[in-house]
Amino acid sequence: MTAARRSPATRIAVNAAFALGLPVLIVVLWGLWSARSANRFLVGPLAVLDAFRRTWIGPAFADDVLPSLSRLALGLLASIVLGVAAGVVIGRLRRLRELLEPLLEFFRAIPPPVLIPVVMLLLGITGTTKVVIIVSGAIWPILLNTIDGVRSTDSVMTETADSFRIPRWQRLWSVVLPAASPRIMTGVRQAMSVALILMVISEMFASSSGLGYRIAYFQRNYLVAEMWSGILLLGLIGVALAVVFGLVERRVLRWYHGMREATHA
Amino acid sequence: MPDSSPLLRVEHLRKVYSAAQGDIEAVGDLSFTMNRGELVCIVGPSGCGKTTLLKCVAGLLRPTSGLVEMDGSPVTGPSPAMAVVFQEYGRSLYPWLTVRGNVELPLRHKKLSRAVRDRIVADALEAVGLPQAARNHPWQLSGGMQQRVAIARAIAYQPEVLIMDEPFAAVDAQTRADLEDLVRTLHRTRGISTVFVTHDIDESVYLGQRVLILSNSPTRVREDLAIDLPAERDQLTTRALPRFTELRTHIYEHIRRARQGPAAAPQSTP
Repeated sequence: MTAARRSPATRIAVNAAFALGLPVLIVVLWGLWSARSANRFLVGPLAVLDAFRRTWIGPAFADDVLPSLSRLALGLLASIVLGVAAGVVIGRLRRLRELLEPLLEFFRAIPPPVLIPVVMLLLGITGTTKVVIIVSGAIWPILLNTIDGVRSTDSVMTETADSFRIPRWQRLWSVVLPAASPRIMTGVRQAMSVALILMVISEMFASSSGLGYRIAYFQRNYLVAEMWSGILLLGLIGVALAVVFGLVERRVLRWYHGMREATHA
Repeated sequence: MPDSSPLLRVEHLRKVYSAAQGDIEAVGDLSFTMNRGELVCIVGPSGCGKTTLLKCVAGLLRPTSGLVEMDGSPVTGPSPAMAVVFQEYGRSLYPWLTVRGNVELPLRHKKLSRAVRDRIVADALEAVGLPQAARNHPWQLSGGMQQRVAIARAIAYQPEVLIMDEPFAAVDAQTRADLEDLVRTLHRTRGISTVFVTHDIDESVYLGQRVLILSNSPTRVREDLAIDLPAERDQLTTRALPRFTELRTHIYEHIRRARQGPAAAPQSTP
C-alpha cells in the first residue's frame, strides 16, 4: 500500500481531497454553467449562498425552520415510542402477529403522502396534523423492524432468561430490547428519511409556516435563488440528522459492532 | 445408595413431540434419583434425547407424563433451585452486557443488598478464575473463558443443582481438560450437586461419581453405573488407570449396543 508510507498529514490531505473533490468540482461546474446560461431558473452558487444568508439567517429561522424541526423531532420521537412499544407486543405474541401481519404490510405499502388530505380532513389544519402525518409514514419501518427483531431473538438467550426466571420487565429491558436493538436502529434510520420527506410535504399543503411552506412560496413567486437555498437547507438538515443518528447508533450498538469485529477477525 | 431422601427424583419421565409426520417419542419412561452433593454424568449416543431430558428436568419443557421432583416438591417450571449451563455459551451469554453484568443479571430480582450482590458476583468470578475479566464483554474472551463466565453466572445464582448440557462440546481439547477440572474442583470445594450431560464417554468417567448410560431414542436409562475411581482425580494419572479403561470400555460397549439395537429395558448394577 502506498498510503501507508505517506506521513499522517499527507494522508489527511489526501482523504480530504477525496471527500471534498467531487462536491467542489460540481459547484465549480455549476458556477460556470450558470454564468453562461441565459435561463433565469438556473442561478449560480454565489447567488444561492447569498439568498441562503438573507433568507434563513434571521427571523425566518424562528418562524419557519424551528417549527419544522420541532414537528420533525416530535414526529420521529412519537414514531419510535409507538413503533417500538407496539412492535414488542406484536413480536412477542405469535397469534396477534399472524393476525396483523398482512394488514401491517398493506399499510406500509401505501405511499404516506396520499394520506395527507385524509388526515387533514379528520384532524383539521394544525401543527398536530403535521406530526400525525409524519408518524403515519415513519412508524412503519420502526414497527416492522421491531417485530422482526423481537421475533428473531435467539432461542438460547430466551431459554437462558427462562431458566434464571428473569421477571417480565427486567427481561424486556435487559434481554428483549437489546437483542432487537440492531433491527430497531435499522428501522429508525429508514424512518428518518421518510419523516423528513413528510415534514416538507405536509407543510406544502395548507400551511402558513415551515420549511415546506417557504419553499413552495418561493416557487410560486419565482424567487428562484431563495427556493434553491431552501433545498440546500433541507439537504443540510438531512446530513445533520444522519450525523446525530450515527453518534447515537455508535453509542447504543457499541457491543454489536464490537462483537461483529471480534467474530470476523 | 445413601438412605437420605434424594435431592432430585425423576420418575417415569416421558416426552413425546407431535410432528406432522406423526409423534416422535424422544424420552420414554426414564427414572433416576440423585442425592445432595452428587456429581452425576449422563451419557448417551448422539441424538438420543439428552437435551430434551435435561430441559424437562430443568422445567424448561413440560414432560408428556411422569414426574420431576426437586427436594420433594414437583418441578412444573424453571426452578430457583436449578441453574443451567448451556452448550452454546456464545448464545447464552448476553453480548450487550459485560461479564459482570451477565453474572449479575439473574441476581437482580433476588432481594439482595448491593454489597451482598457484589460479593456474590466477585466470588463466582473468582471461583472460575476470571476476576480480571469482569469489565470485558463476553465476545472479547475465548470460548473457554466464555463458558467459565456461564458457569460463574450459574453458581452465583446459588442453585441446589447445577445442570450442564454438553458444556464443553464446542471447545478445544486442552481448554476442555481445564474446564473438566474446574467442574471437579467446584464440586469438591463447594459441594455443588451437578448433573452433567455429555456424549463423551471418557469425560463422563473422568468427571462422574455415577454415570447414567442412556439408550437410543426413545431414551431410557440402560445402566446406572457407579464410578469407583479415587475421588482425587488428575487428567494424566486417572485416565491412565486400568480401572478407567475398564469403565470406559464397559460404557462404550453399552453405547454401541444402544446405537444398534432397540431400547433395552432399564437395569441397574449394585
